[in-house]
Amino acid sequence: MKITVDRDLCQGHAVCETEAPEVFKVGRSDQVEVLMDTPDAAQYDAVRMAVKYCPTHALSIKEES
Amino acid sequence: MTTVTLPQPPYVSGGEHEHGHLEELRRDPIGLMRRVHEECGAVGSFDLAGRRVVLLSGADVNEWYFRSPDELLDQGAAYPFMTPIFGKGVVFDAPPERRAEMLKNQSLRGPQMRGHAEVIAAEVARMVAGWDGERQIDLLDFFAELTIYTSSACLIGKKFRDQLDGRFAELYHDLEQGTDALAYVDPYAPIESFRRRDAARVELVTLVEAIMATRVGDDPPAGDADLLDLLMSVTDDGKPRFTADEITGMFIGTMFAGHHTTSGTAAWTLIELLRHPAEMAAVVAELDALYADGSAVSFQALREIPRLESAIKEALRLHPPLILLLRVATEDLEVGGYAVRKGDLVAATPAISNRLTPDFPDADAFDPERYLEPRREDDLNPWTWIPFGGGKHRCVGAAFALMQLKAIFSILLRDYSWEMAQPSESYRNDHSKMVVQLEQPCAVLVRPRSAS
Repeated sequence: MKITVDRDLCQGHAVCETEAPEVFKVGRSDQVEVLMDTPDAAQYDAVRMAVKYCPTHALSIKEES
Repeated sequence: MTTVTLPQPPYVSGGEHEHGHLEELRRDPIGLMRRVHEECGAVGSFDLAGRRVVLLSGADVNEWYFRSPDELLDQGAAYPFMTPIFGKGVVFDAPPERRAEMLKNQSLRGPQMRGHAEVIAAEVARMVAGWDGERQIDLLDFFAELTIYTSSACLIGKKFRDQLDGRFAELYHDLEQGTDALAYVDPYAPIESFRRRDAARVELVTLVEAIMATRVGDDPPAGDADLLDLLMSVTDDGKPRFTADEITGMFIGTMFAGHHTTSGTAAWTLIELLRHPAEMAAVVAELDALYADGSAVSFQALREIPRLESAIKEALRLHPPLILLLRVATEDLEVGGYAVRKGDLVAATPAISNRLTPDFPDADAFDPERYLEPRREDDLNPWTWIPFGGGKHRCVGAAFALMQLKAIFSILLRDYSWEMAQPSESYRNDHSKMVVQLEQPCAVLVRPRSAS
C-alpha cells in the first residue's frame, strides 16, 4: 500500500491523524506529514478509514498485491 | 504576461431585464443554470445585476474551480446576502486565513462523533415522544426544528439547547428566508423578507441575552460548561469581551451551514423513499436486521448502513441543498480556454453537475444502487458528484451530516411507518431564496409501526 497526499487539497483538518496516528501527523501545522509512505499491513484498515473520512478527499492509496 | 487574447465565455440567452438575469435567478435558478449549460457548454455566463457570473459545469472546469486557492477565487465577497445574517466579523466577513482556522472546528473531529451520535439520537427521541396513533406532520417544520436542536446541542452544547424552544427555530427560519438574491443589488433593500430577517436577528439576540442573564455569576465546572459559558468567561480588563450581539452572530454562523442543508436532505430522503416503495422496504429491512440485537442508534450511526446511506446520497445528488457555489476572481484568470476577468463571480453548480451524463447514467432517476460496488458513482466522479462541494473547501461537516442523517432515519424508519399526504409531484423546493427550502405544504402521515 502506498499513500499519496494531494497538496492542493489538504487543509490540515487532522481527521487522518485521529484515524491512524502512527501514519499521519498534523499537529499544529497547515498540512499533513506522512510518517510512513508504505505503512505496515497492521495499519491498512486505519489508513483506509483515514482516506475515507478525509474532509477534503486529499488522501489516496494505491493497493499493491 | 500572455499575449494571446482569450475568448470571453459565451453569454446565455435572456437577461433583458434591468438587473440582467437576476429576476430569472430569483424565479427559476435551476432553469437558468440548465440553459447556460445547454447553450454555452462547460463554461458559460449570465448577468447578475451588472456583474458577470462565469458558470462552470463538468469535471475538468469543476476540478480547476475546486483546486484554486483562496488568493485567486475568494469566497469572502461572493455571498453578500449572508453578512446581515451573521453580522460583522463573522464567517464570510473574516479574512481567508481566519476562516480556515475557524473551520478546523474541533467539535467536528472524529473523537467527538460518538458523543454527537448519542445527542442526536436523544433529540430525535424527544421530538417523537408521544407519537401514538396516526398524525400528520409538515416536513419543513419538523426537520427544521429537529435540526435546530441537534446542531445547537452538538455545536454549542446540551445546556444551551435545553434553554431553547420552537421559537428559536421559527426565528432562524426567518433568517434563512432572508437570502433573496436581490442582496446582489442591495442587501438592505426595503422588501418584506429582509425586514423579517432583520427583525428575527434582533429577537434572536434578545433570546440569547435572556439565556446569558440566567448564567451571570455562574462558574460551572469545566465538564458542564458549554460554548456560551466559555465565551462569557472571556474578559478584557475584567469586562466581558463579547456582547450578546456578537455571541448570537457566532452561534448563527456556527449553526448555519449544517442547518437548512441537513433539514432539507432529511426531508428529501424521506420523500424519495416514499416515492420508491421497494427502496423504502429495503432500507427498513436493513434497519430491522441491524437493530435486531438491540444495539444503540448512537453505535450503529457511526458504522456503515449501505442502503440507507445510498438513499441519502441519492437525495443529495438529485436535491442538493446548495445549488450554486460562488467565488470572486481576484485577478484575470483562464478556465477551459476562456477568460475570467478580475471581479467576475465564478460559480460551480451542484444542481447541474450532479445530473450530468455520462457521469451519472439515467441521471434524473432515483437509483441508490449507483453507489454500490462496482458502480461507486460518487467516488468515481469527485468533481461532478458535488453535493458537498469539492476540493479544499469541501464541506467540513460532511461526515457529521451523514452520521446525523443515519441516526435520524434509524429511529424514524425503524419505529414508524410513513405515507404521503399529498400528490407525489407536489413535493418540491422553493427556489425564490438563495437558501433553498421545501415548499409548503409538504405534509406526510406517520404512525408507529406496531400499530400498522
